[in-house]
Amino acid sequence: MMRSLQDSLAGAPTMPLKTGEAPRERRPGPLIFLVLLWLSLLIAVVFLVTLIVNIVLEGGSRFGLALFTEYPASSPDRAGARPAILGSMWVIGTTAVLTIPVGVAAAVHLEEFADKRHWFNRAIELNVQNLAAVPSIVYGLLALAFLSLLGVRDKNIVIGGALALSLLILPVIIIATREAIRAVPSEIRDGSLALGATKWQTTWRQVLPASVPGIATGSIIALSRALGEAAPLLLLGALVFVSFDPNGLLSGFTTLPIQIFNWTGRPQEGFHELAAAASIILLGLLLLMNGLAIYIRNRYQKRW
Amino acid sequence: MSSSADSAPMHLRATQSGAVGPVVTRPVMRVEGVDVYYGDFRAVTDVNLEFGLNEITALIGPSGCGKSTLLRSLNRMNDLIDGARVEGEILFHGENIYGKGVDPIEVRRRIGMVFQKPNPFPKSIYDNIAYGPRVTGMRVDSMDDLVEESLTRAALWDEVKDKLKQSALGLSGGQQQRLCIARAISVRPDVILMDEPCASLDPIATMRIEDLMQELREQYTIVIVTHNMQQAARVADRTAFFTAQVSEGTGARTGVLVEYGTTAQIFEDPQDQRTEDYISGRFG
Amino acid sequence: MLADTTAPGTEASTTASTGGPTTSSGRPPRSLFAGRPRPGEAVIRLVLRLAAGVAIVTTIGILIALLIPAIGFFREVPVVDFLFGDRWAPRFADASFGVIPLVTATAWTTAIALLVAVPLGLGAAILLSEYARPGLRKVLKPILEVLAGVPTVVYGFFALQFIQATVFREWLQLDTGAFSVLAAGLVMGIMIIPTIASISEDAMSAVPMSLRQGSAALGANRMQTSLRVVFPAALSGVMAAVVLGISRAVGETMIVAIAAGNQARIVTGPLEQGQTMTGFIASAALGDSRVGSLEYDTLYAVGLLLFAITLLVNFISIRLVRRFRQAY
Repeated sequence: MMRSLQDSLAGAPTMPLKTGEAPRERRPGPLIFLVLLWLSLLIAVVFLVTLIVNIVLEGGSRFGLALFTEYPASSPDRAGARPAILGSMWVIGTTAVLTIPVGVAAAVHLEEFADKRHWFNRAIELNVQNLAAVPSIVYGLLALAFLSLLGVRDKNIVIGGALALSLLILPVIIIATREAIRAVPSEIRDGSLALGATKWQTTWRQVLPASVPGIATGSIIALSRALGEAAPLLLLGALVFVSFDPNGLLSGFTTLPIQIFNWTGRPQEGFHELAAAASIILLGLLLLMNGLAIYIRNRYQKRW
Repeated sequence: MSSSADSAPMHLRATQSGAVGPVVTRPVMRVEGVDVYYGDFRAVTDVNLEFGLNEITALIGPSGCGKSTLLRSLNRMNDLIDGARVEGEILFHGENIYGKGVDPIEVRRRIGMVFQKPNPFPKSIYDNIAYGPRVTGMRVDSMDDLVEESLTRAALWDEVKDKLKQSALGLSGGQQQRLCIARAISVRPDVILMDEPCASLDPIATMRIEDLMQELREQYTIVIVTHNMQQAARVADRTAFFTAQVSEGTGARTGVLVEYGTTAQIFEDPQDQRTEDYISGRFG
Repeated sequence: MLADTTAPGTEASTTASTGGPTTSSGRPPRSLFAGRPRPGEAVIRLVLRLAAGVAIVTTIGILIALLIPAIGFFREVPVVDFLFGDRWAPRFADASFGVIPLVTATAWTTAIALLVAVPLGLGAAILLSEYARPGLRKVLKPILEVLAGVPTVVYGFFALQFIQATVFREWLQLDTGAFSVLAAGLVMGIMIIPTIASISEDAMSAVPMSLRQGSAALGANRMQTSLRVVFPAALSGVMAAVVLGISRAVGETMIVAIAAGNQARIVTGPLEQGQTMTGFIASAALGDSRVGSLEYDTLYAVGLLLFAITLLVNFISIRLVRRFRQAY
């Protein structure tokens, strides 16, 4: 032992650093491993590309103005998705109005005001975590039961659908807002409070403005999830033949995902093309929303 | 001007810097038998101190000795930490700031604070200064004048007067810290607490802040926590030396006040061996 | 402009409203007790608390909404017959309410989805956490996010029209009908990849750099470090990701409703069709079931079972996540 140490100190290492073998990172094992890692991502990407190409090929021929202006019909040649597009806008708009204020307020309570040792606040935290993973269709069951309780006969109404989707995405908005609020450095809060600002003034004038990009990103992603969601609306009976434009909170409606589901289930090939064409609209909207969210995140991400 | 219970006879008043007597003659704040707890953990114990008008008091000591904790309890910033609790009395003009019915918001407005890391708001320079007066509902004849006055007092006006609408985050570290001082004085506090205000600044910026503190002393009571003994010796009229006492059973570190006196006395004639060891660099 | 440089508190401009501090004068200042009244603050706090309480109300609402009709259901159908019966025919004249067929279909689609999502999701997570530079992550993560953002009905359409009809039947000439649990499970697996990848990546990124450096200092290459140091250290987080993946697969509705089939039979092979629990709820919702009818109650009994399963799985996941948060 002593001997070899002396040798190496003397400049004669017992083992040469150049082993003659390939460098450790370039040996077959690690290389195959790296290839497998890339492959796992590649499979996902190829799948996504295939899906998009397939949808575009299938629905491209039906993707045109008529799709946006026509009402559903019993013949695929004359059918369009106009009420579904308008219905989606109504439901998502209502959902946004219902859920963003509540979600942001809940997140502000949890991050800025709540004593985290209090049972009530711990219960809320646990509930939010759990609700985020409750299957969407359960929210449909909830909305259905709630509307039944109120004695609403025709449950396929805009406000009902928006209620189900709001509860569905509320945890997402709460979690995203909490993260955005947490990213605001505590020095900013201290600075404001030390001047004699109240906690709410500090929240309203410092914390929330600084969190807006994060809240916007989270809300857009949550709303895009609601926009693509069909299961809860199915339970309210949204799979009906809607041949009119929705015009209010109590108006009957259908949405794009429901319309796609409807057309997918028809036997005629023409309806499948329509389903694909409507999917192009939906995918386009979602890509747009996701892109916007990513843009906001990258553009306004504050480096404190 | 009427005299309060706190004010001392005329002939004993500390007049200007350098003329500090052995006793605080015009205390603005008085800390009496204060313990600070975080939950069950006692961070600081049995502190008795006085902070006099137109004086700078430095709190020095090794890290973990509780001096920042004490500072943050002087304007109830500790309230914001779950489980933080103060026992004993901290009197501000004779009134216990932890007394029943006292509004901590009002306490913080009257006892300002400057932090270790400059923390300007991500707003314009102007809005940084105007923020405090706005949120506290101060009636201000001219906000422009108030902003100018505050910046002038913080020796920053000449550097920023042409870019008041620009973001405060564009200023240098030293400028940001002077902005934070200007912000603190914009709400007209009586006392300014400074928590290692130069810790993140270079020597030149540090010097400017120290000069500024000397000027501010003419109008305010200043308490500064510092790691830098030379800084304490340069700026402070009085110095309080803290150290951490390690509990034998649990190993918990609790801050204690070792010695308090005029800066000259603490540095030249420390009465306690621990102070002497720290001052002479044998410990810390 | 600078009113009185020696006594800021005496300036007329500000003292009027606040009473003003009287620093230098020694005059007793305005009491600390007289804070400005702030009734608005209390109202706001209450509103915020109520908003947060919506989470609790929702959970209670779900429990009540599911339990009341389910109790009605179990008055008619014994719990044992429901849980262990192997024939699901709620609409037949000789109705039978054995949920086992629905459960087997759910088990098949979930298992297939996990077989796809776990290896691919973990592979992506290791790549992102251990190999990718920040620039590359900025490109790869949005791709995963898009994958998570594709609406489930579009996935379902793709599973039915392309995977099942074109790939399985046309290209591979597989002996399968219009629907199969394989097509649904496969596509569902792809859908779950982002869930598993992002939570696992969080867990792996939380493993302290010092562990990796320690491993590298011993001469280990990146693969060895990833597999023998990072992966075990992040295991509870990875488990949480898998468990959450299970919960999503069990609860997914549209893909299985479109592509898995709609006949409730015990599924014995991946190329068979089958109706899952969620598939049943979706299809039953299409029928017109009145409140209080047995059909309506059946919906909620299955919903309750679904909720109970996902609740259990979620709590396991939350526990596991907490554990890895505590570890570092």
